[in-house]
Amino acid sequence: MNILQTLRVAVLALLRNKLRSFLTTLGIIIGVSAVIAMVAIGEGAKARVEESFASMGSNLLVVLPGSTSLGGQRGGFGSMPTLTWDDLRAIRTEVPTVKYAAAQLRVSAQLLSEEQNWNTSVYGTTPEYFAVRNWPPSLGAPMTDSDVESGAKVLFLGQTVVDKLFGPNTDPVGQLVRMKNIPFEVKGVLQRKGQSPTGQDYDDAAFMPLKAFQTKIQGGLQQYIAGVIYVGADSPTTTTRAQQQITNLLRDRHHIGPGTDDDFSIRNLTELASAQEQGTRTLTTLLASIAAVSLLVGGIGIMNIMLVSVTERTREIGVRMAVGANPTHILSQFLVEALTLSIAGGVFGVAIGLFGAGRLAANFGWPVLIRADIIVISVAFSGLVGVVFGLYPARKASLLDPIDALRFE
Amino acid sequence: MSASPALLKLDEVTKVYHMGDVDVHALQGVSLEIPEGEFIAIMGASGSGKSTLMNIIGCLDRPSGGHYLLAGEEISTFDRYALARKRNQTLGFVFQNFNLLSRTSAVENVELPLLYAGLRTSERHKRAGAALTRVGLGDRLDHHPNQMSGGQQQRVAIARAIVSNPRVILADEPTGNLDSETSGEVMGIFQELRESGITVVLVTHEPDISAYAARVVTMKDGRVLSDRRQEPRRRAPAAAAEVSA
Ligand SMILES: Nc1ncnc2c1ncn2[C@@H]1O[C@H](COP(=O)(O)OP(=O)(O)OP(=O)(O)O)[C@@H](O)[C@H]1O
Ligand SMILES: [Mg+2]
Repeated sequence: MNILQTLRVAVLALLRNKLRSFLTTLGIIIGVSAVIAMVAIGEGAKARVEESFASMGSNLLVVLPGSTSLGGQRGGFGSMPTLTWDDLRAIRTEVPTVKYAAAQLRVSAQLLSEEQNWNTSVYGTTPEYFAVRNWPPSLGAPMTDSDVESGAKVLFLGQTVVDKLFGPNTDPVGQLVRMKNIPFEVKGVLQRKGQSPTGQDYDDAAFMPLKAFQTKIQGGLQQYIAGVIYVGADSPTTTTRAQQQITNLLRDRHHIGPGTDDDFSIRNLTELASAQEQGTRTLTTLLASIAAVSLLVGGIGIMNIMLVSVTERTREIGVRMAVGANPTHILSQFLVEALTLSIAGGVFGVAIGLFGAGRLAANFGWPVLIRADIIVISVAFSGLVGVVFGLYPARKASLLDPIDALRFE
Repeated sequence: MSASPALLKLDEVTKVYHMGDVDVHALQGVSLEIPEGEFIAIMGASGSGKSTLMNIIGCLDRPSGGHYLLAGEEISTFDRYALARKRNQTLGFVFQNFNLLSRTSAVENVELPLLYAGLRTSERHKRAGAALTRVGLGDRLDHHPNQMSGGQQQRVAIARAIVSNPRVILADEPTGNLDSETSGEVMGIFQELRESGITVVLVTHEPDISAYAARVVTMKDGRVLSDRRQEPRRRAPAAAAEVSA
């Protein structure tokens, strides 16, 4: 008796009790569809997180000035300027793993166009900043060094600011925008960047060359940087080394002895991204345990029904043995039946899971990422469940005594 | 006929069933030689051990003691796989209650032994069809057991027993559930089988039925009481023609 014949007998037996077979596989169907749906959604969410980290900038480090410590009250990072323009130059020139470094100064200001006004964050910075953040213009020109040196009164607008001041799908390059009653010419519009991992809109921002910012907005040049330094490392692998080297450099420059706290801090966004990935991995582990539990329950359901089936069909087993079925024939018949049930459940589960994931992802506006390996593993695991839980009933059937089986009422 | 070597040879065969503390001695030393091509009826009171003997001859069970040789092979030492192979190839069983698979067509029931013999689908179908035609059911291949009379069901069971060309047909009260007219038809088929060289061993209570056999063994309390030969009753030719029609 070959496997195809065994399979045919199994399928016919299962089709005799269609509803029962279906209900038996329900546990597996639910387990597998949940896994497939959640993995697809989880992958979509993960891809979105990765995308938003990538849009922050690649190999990014942010150096924040230190905290004030007046009368025992400590103000938190950024509350006191401790980073100097010389520090920035030193980071740029003395740390070999640093590719770009740029200061970013910030005020919140009201911007006015001919028709509209909008409150947004206005940043003063240098051209390297846009390199660190992978952020080229979509319209107009990028910021240049001569914009910075000449103190040109030009602005580079994020897409949200353009929408608010000029309306969607407009080209504001060359138009004037007033800020604190000073007219600035729009020189460029930056590509849309979307949301930060925390949901902040990157495109709700305007940028001007550093010198104009310092002279027109902040008033007067200072020794300290009243903002943060964005650093782009060579590559993802050197980001952590760059962080260490900058720490050493700044401690040295600020004459901080051993055992004393830094008067600055460095945020490593690559680390943040991998922390987020770790979170996704934890979620995946959790889902895997949910799946394991439902597959276990599904497996017990299959074992239960197969035991019922063996009892119901004891006479049939006796007849088959009387005409020449050996223990292996009977064992494989029931094992293949359990396997057919569980694999059918797995395949149904995959179909339902993919459908559900598609619907959910469409609702949330996420990409659906279908992982072929998860599908294969799910179906294979369902099959394994069928074998493991089908083995006991099948063995029980194969060990029946032919005469007892034939006499069974 | 007694000159030919015995196809079935039982030598002091015993069978003990253990029921808790009590031992039931179903067979207490049965010795019997059945040559190939014989039609033998086993009779005896209820509980005398007829079915127990048939199950041992049919390789469904093993004796507790003594020797059983089937075509020269000692069966007592066979494992479950070897016994299954003997049941599949050398023996054919017919039961009182037919034991057909329900919701399975006549032809598929008859194919069952060939399935375990590993034959291809087309070959199985051909041989099952031929076997059903031989018992007069060539036009009922796709009927299910619940669409057939008792006599027709028993004929399907006989077709299943002969489909793999066994040397021995074992029938334990095959007419027990049939009326006398249908019983006569079934016995006619057994006689035809015997004429084609198959050994037939039949268990029955009814003298009318044992009359078709050439030899009658009577049992009592797990022993052979008597063993006699007789001129078998012939089935009326007209009715036999009706069967194969
Ligand atoms: N599985 C069993 N367990 C215990 N005792 C059994 C078993 N099968 C048969 N017996 C006993 O063995 C004896 C012979 O039984 P068997 O079925 O062979 O009788 P039989 O001649 O076929 O009777 P009947 O004409 O009623 O069918 C009986 O006493 C019966 O109770
Ligand atoms: Mg009996």
